[in-house]
Amino acid sequence: MIVPLAIVTALLFAVALYLAFFRAPLESENVGTTLPILYVHVPNAWLSQFAYGLMFVAAFGTLVWRHPLADVAAKAAAPLGAGFTALALYTGALWGRPTWGTFWEWDGRMTSTLILLFIYLSIIALWRAFEDQLKAARIVAIVTLVGGIDIPIIKFSVDWWNTLHQPASIITGTGPRMAGSIFLPLILMVLAFTLLFLTLHLSTMRTEILRRRVETLSRQAAARTGA
Amino acid sequence: MIDLGPHTNFIVAAYVGVALVTLALIVWTAWRSRDVKGRLAALEAQGIRRRSDSTT
Repeated sequence: MIVPLAIVTALLFAVALYLAFFRAPLESENVGTTLPILYVHVPNAWLSQFAYGLMFVAAFGTLVWRHPLADVAAKAAAPLGAGFTALALYTGALWGRPTWGTFWEWDGRMTSTLILLFIYLSIIALWRAFEDQLKAARIVAIVTLVGGIDIPIIKFSVDWWNTLHQPASIITGTGPRMAGSIFLPLILMVLAFTLLFLTLHLSTMRTEILRRRVETLSRQAAARTGA
Repeated sequence: MIDLGPHTNFIVAAYVGVALVTLALIVWTAWRSRDVKGRLAALEAQGIRRRSDSTT
């Protein structure tokens, strides 16, 4: 499952990058010559919230159904989500400097995304703080549900407050606000990054399941030695 | 060579940063997988298996 997914991801990246740099215009009316940065910024911004959404659903799985796979899915998504959120902030800063004249502004969208990164880092720290992973899973699930309030704040920050960040331009009531030649590589890049996330997430989940098995066997071995 | 215009440095920095972090995530994922599989194989080589495995 993981290898075919990785191959499809690589192919999708190749097609999307080819379209972005050799078929689509390299500048647009509303964003100018920094357009290529959006092809990496938008997918990372999307994944920063997608990974959290997955953790949010998994938190319900942990607290309501007490399903062990929910713990594993949540734990595996956290470092990936943190990585993609850091990339969203990094590429956003590199886009902001030539466009707005600043790398950083304490506005609604950027600040709430930075808070999301801190939430991810806190969750990773919580997973590591407890030896009992079942106890950690329940505490992390509660923190994840509480921290989920940040996601609608990120989404609607551009509507609620005065911000440098432009309003939604892909998911709008009237459809995407950009030329088709730009939208196609952008949506393919979003798909490629999403498949990359799913590939890494599946692999990390499998590793976490095996790691738990190793811990159980190590305890079994220690008990046998002690007996 | 593609002409990226006056903000080439920013565009290149964005793609290099994304490539490096993405690569780091891939390598970290692969390394952890390999490490855990190695530890599991070592335990199984010592004859330590899950109880459910030993009963079948």
